[in-house]
Amino acid sequence: MTMNVLLFLVSCVLTNNYIFSKFLGCCPFLGVSSKVSTAASMGLAVTFVMTIASLFAYMVNAWVLVPLHLEFMQTIAFILVIASLVQFVEMFLKKSMPAIYSALGIYLPLITTNCAVLGVATLNVNNAYGMLQSVLNGTFSALGFLLAIVLMAGVRERLETSKIPECMKGFPISLISAGLMAIAFLGFSGMV
Amino acid sequence: MSTILFAVIMLGAIGVIFGLVLTFASKKFHVDVDERVEKVRACVAGANCGACGFPGCDGFAAAVVEGKAPVNGCKPAGADGAAKIAAIMGQEVSDEERMVARVLCQGMKGVAKERYVYDGYKSCATAAGIAGGPKDCRFACIGLGDCMDHCAFGAISMKDGIASIDEDKCAACGACVEHCPRGAIKLLPISQSVIVRCRNSDIARVARAVCSDACIGCKRCMKECQYEAITVENGFARIDPAKCTRCGACAAVCPCNAITNANPVPVEPVMQ
Repeated sequence: MTMNVLLFLVSCVLTNNYIFSKFLGCCPFLGVSSKVSTAASMGLAVTFVMTIASLFAYMVNAWVLVPLHLEFMQTIAFILVIASLVQFVEMFLKKSMPAIYSALGIYLPLITTNCAVLGVATLNVNNAYGMLQSVLNGTFSALGFLLAIVLMAGVRERLETSKIPECMKGFPISLISAGLMAIAFLGFSGMV
Repeated sequence: MSTILFAVIMLGAIGVIFGLVLTFASKKFHVDVDERVEKVRACVAGANCGACGFPGCDGFAAAVVEGKAPVNGCKPAGADGAAKIAAIMGQEVSDEERMVARVLCQGMKGVAKERYVYDGYKSCATAAGIAGGPKDCRFACIGLGDCMDHCAFGAISMKDGIASIDEDKCAACGACVEHCPRGAIKLLPISQSVIVRCRNSDIARVARAVCSDACIGCKRCMKECQYEAITVENGFARIDPAKCTRCGACAAVCPCNAITNANPVPVEPVMQ
């Protein structure tokens, strides 16, 4: 059991990394990765939301959509779930844990539109994961996202001070770095 | 048809349920944010310059409401801003004169002698480190705009090789004072119209050799001043704004034009 969970962790974080092999969540990956500290906050916020979103999306799917034969409405239903959930979590944190609320700041509402969150909900259904497996998949995939965005921020901080041809400065070199990192992560395929 | 209708109704129902939960949650988890924080935030300058010592304008606004910061702590907001914040907080604001940054150097092109032509990275701090700087005077404004780059209010421009400050835009945040490698900028009360525009502490001969407008420490201004507002120390004159009556008598006798009087209409000296 423990072994299986560990393998699942490695598979989600390295082999099937959401950003580098599934290309989900590229918007925050490129948008919020200019500093390691903000990238880490974003990654933690995503981890938090993806874990809860997987759970709730599973519940809505298994207990509402499937019994009513409305599986074709999954995408819309999941968007609804995620948006409401993020809103709810934001209110809850503001009241109960102001420290976490101010640390996550603007990133929490931004996650509503992160396709990785919707992606994890949809993929859980497609792979016919159970509840526990869905939640684990959400957490582990988000950890993969965290790893990717923090690595990317580290690379971009280095790029700030290195000599780059004028035409490559800024976004082009970031995209190239992201591509090279994706190729590097491809090396993990076949491990699990 | 019935499938579509069913789907729409069910999704609508889910939406309504979530909406109700959120409405309930917003009541249950409602946090009272002190509305004064927002109001104070609206009164400050909003440049996040950090002159108040708090982390940004939001941090300052929160600190004011908590009573940790003075109502006139935001220098860029000026007296108007302080008065508004004081009104929000229900406090009196002490009368403090508005300060502005002033460049204590007149070493323009042709006035201060140049040591070499600097053609490197455009930064005063860098140029100052190369053979003592591009101007012969080691106190002169280098004029490459480190202060201009750090001014959040766009008040500084470069004219004739030295910094020029737009006093209407200046918010006295002190960023330029901090970033001038020569210490050639100082915050002074805005009414202080008579200013010694030189900080050269070298002896007269050396000072005169590098700049035609240098203060040579001759003490003529000191003798001329009836209010004992001028002291000459380390080879250059200083005016005490508290004692100075802005009469401008010192500027009239200065042999080197080192003292400027922005208000040249002679004010009748009043004997005390």
